[in-house]
Amino acid sequence: MSQQTQIPELDSVGLLRYAWRQLTSMRTALILLLMVGVAAIPGSLFPQRTQNPLQVGQYFKDSPDVARWMDRFYLFDVYGSPWFSAIYILLFISLIGCVLPRTFEHFKAARALPPTTPKNLSRLEHHQSWSPKGDELELARKWFKAKHFRVLEVDGSISAEKGFTRETGNLFFHLALILILLGISFSSLFGMRGEAIVNVGERFVNTPTSYDTLNYGKLYKDSNIPAFMLTVDKFVAQYNLETSAPEDYTLDVSLLRDGSTTIEKKRIKVNSPMTIGTTRVYLQANGYAPVVTVRDSKGDVAFQGPVTFLPQDANLRSIGAIKVPDADPQIGFLGSFLPTYVRDGANGGASAFPKALNPRLLLSVWSGDLGLDSGIPQSVYRIDTTDMKQIGLKGLKPGESYVYEGGSITFEGYVQWVNLNFVADPGKHLALLGGIVAILGLLASLFTRRRRIWIRVGDEVEVAALAKNAAPGLELEIQGFVKMLKGEK
Amino acid sequence: MSRSWAFASNYLVYSAMAVYAISFLAHAIETAWAVKVPTDKSSTLDYKRTEKVARIATAMMILGFVLLFAGVIARGISAGRVPWGNMYEFSITGALAFSGAYLLALRKFDLRWLGLLVSVSVLLTIGTAVTVLYVPSAPLVPALKSEWLVIHVSTAIISGGVFLLSNVIAAAYLYLDRMESKGERTQWAKRLPDLESLDQLSYRLVAFVFPLWTFSVIAGAIWAESAWGRYWGWDPKETWAFITWVAYAAYLHARVTIGWRGRRAAWLCLFAGSTFLFNYIYVNIWGTGKHTYSGL
Repeated sequence: MSQQTQIPELDSVGLLRYAWRQLTSMRTALILLLMVGVAAIPGSLFPQRTQNPLQVGQYFKDSPDVARWMDRFYLFDVYGSPWFSAIYILLFISLIGCVLPRTFEHFKAARALPPTTPKNLSRLEHHQSWSPKGDELELARKWFKAKHFRVLEVDGSISAEKGFTRETGNLFFHLALILILLGISFSSLFGMRGEAIVNVGERFVNTPTSYDTLNYGKLYKDSNIPAFMLTVDKFVAQYNLETSAPEDYTLDVSLLRDGSTTIEKKRIKVNSPMTIGTTRVYLQANGYAPVVTVRDSKGDVAFQGPVTFLPQDANLRSIGAIKVPDADPQIGFLGSFLPTYVRDGANGGASAFPKALNPRLLLSVWSGDLGLDSGIPQSVYRIDTTDMKQIGLKGLKPGESYVYEGGSITFEGYVQWVNLNFVADPGKHLALLGGIVAILGLLASLFTRRRRIWIRVGDEVEVAALAKNAAPGLELEIQGFVKMLKGEK
Repeated sequence: MSRSWAFASNYLVYSAMAVYAISFLAHAIETAWAVKVPTDKSSTLDYKRTEKVARIATAMMILGFVLLFAGVIARGISAGRVPWGNMYEFSITGALAFSGAYLLALRKFDLRWLGLLVSVSVLLTIGTAVTVLYVPSAPLVPALKSEWLVIHVSTAIISGGVFLLSNVIAAAYLYLDRMESKGERTQWAKRLPDLESLDQLSYRLVAFVFPLWTFSVIAGAIWAESAWGRYWGWDPKETWAFITWVAYAAYLHARVTIGWRGRRAAWLCLFAGSTFLFNYIYVNIWGTGKHTYSGL
């Protein structure tokens, strides 16, 4: 550098002020805005823990080293990551720093009168002049009033201004964005979200232990969970006969609220959840649970009941595991449930339709150590067969039994299960309000025009106007104004 | 009953394609003819000779719009629902919205020069729809059975149509700007509007449709709340809708607050529009998540 640049000496306050000014500058805000957009991209390219934990697990299984490095940069938790949070928090600080001073300024300006008419109107845009008839000022006054202009009248001239809504809308839009963020934060602090699989015919009692997964906000307590009980009475799924695509799911439940003795019959569908106080219950998924009875060699029942199987395809071929840890040696079954069985050479059978028209349970029987005491959590849908030996393979129709060495299993039938989501989202109304205000503000700021119109009556009538932000349409307005003044129609 | 409606819909969509193809040819002839008219290089172009062809082009565009409109309606009747259940239907409706946006804008602005690009885009969109994306007409999956489908999807499609129109204009701006900076416009390009008007028009379309896009995203959030139990879940489609929103918000700020014009603004506009296209094509077909309704 040939020139010595003078850097002003900054004390800590000055430095802070400098940093604040940089942060709240429009340029920084724009860069931050674009950065939020760019930062959101990786979350759509890599699986996220909150949406797709299974696929994240697959990354770790396929290439653990790469996955560990990706995890270090929060690429599986993009939207909760420190760097994503940093960007949007900076953006919102910048936004507040930008909007608050402007709000005060706008508030002051909105109460102030428009500036006095400039001396030389002929230099301004849309300037016109003609010789007066005498009533121009009176006519102009009426016209401005009818159109809600704010006016200042000094010595035979009127200065009129309109279009404050533009800045008002703009400010409301940005304040509404803060409102949305508040709503989201409120939900993440005071909200709760839980999932539970419930078999048709069974009851769900709303306590923390009834859930398969349960997440609360930081300030949500166990005791906030509303007490209620519901029984899943009936679940009906309808499918397209040609494509197997689902057409309708209807779930009927009986609800018993806390302190009430009457049972309410309710219906839940995919787009119409059930509302219980602040909690909403959503129907999210469904599947089959084959009912089996496992007996030991003496004929005593070692296990009996429905076992939840997970659907694998559109025709609801479902897989699962039945574990009998009390048997000696331990017994495990890996199973496929096929609601409408058809022969399939490769897999020993497939399902041709999601409804249970010809149900079949395919089982492989394993004997040995289930590994349940190893301390490593196991999936309930799989069996760790490392210390086990396959001792049998069989396909069963409902009512049929299979006898293997050391016991037998009977396929009694099946029940359907539904996956219910329980959600309390107390900030959503705030966020929605923010959304509505944002749109209204946006409309106001994009479609109103701020402009000033002046008229002076002396030796001649002079009219001029100025549009801020180069908004169109002022020329037409001035033409109309002049015609009115001249008494033309 | 529903089968004959589905058949009629296909028939109408194919007819619309043929008519759009005629419109495309007429636009092409009009554009090409205008270059040949002047005998002397300095003479201005005489459009009287191409006027007739130009009228045919616009008339065919209107006829194509009407046929496609009928095709979309028939598709809806055949399925007993609004025709926005899979990507084939999104595409034919999107093409309809795009040519509709052009025809509407044509009433107000002299945009006929854009007809060539519009008819090509519409042809390609319908062509892809009938060949690659076609799925038989069928009822909706339960998650789509909601009145929000009408509100959310229609506003998204309209926004998309207008965003793309604004993009085409921004691209035309960049092309002509380059041509002018190298010298002067070629003969046929002289009939296109000046750079300033293109710049303004592209901006106005975005400013007009940005609130609608905001509304569409919020309507989607309201629907997601009732269907999936959360109004925002960073599903890939939601993420990209957000990115598009942010990009256009940045574009509006750059123009209104910082005063970007011309080249830089046009590039930013193209970038924002490409995020919309990416969302539509990539996320629908190859993406994962809850918005995979392409039916492919």
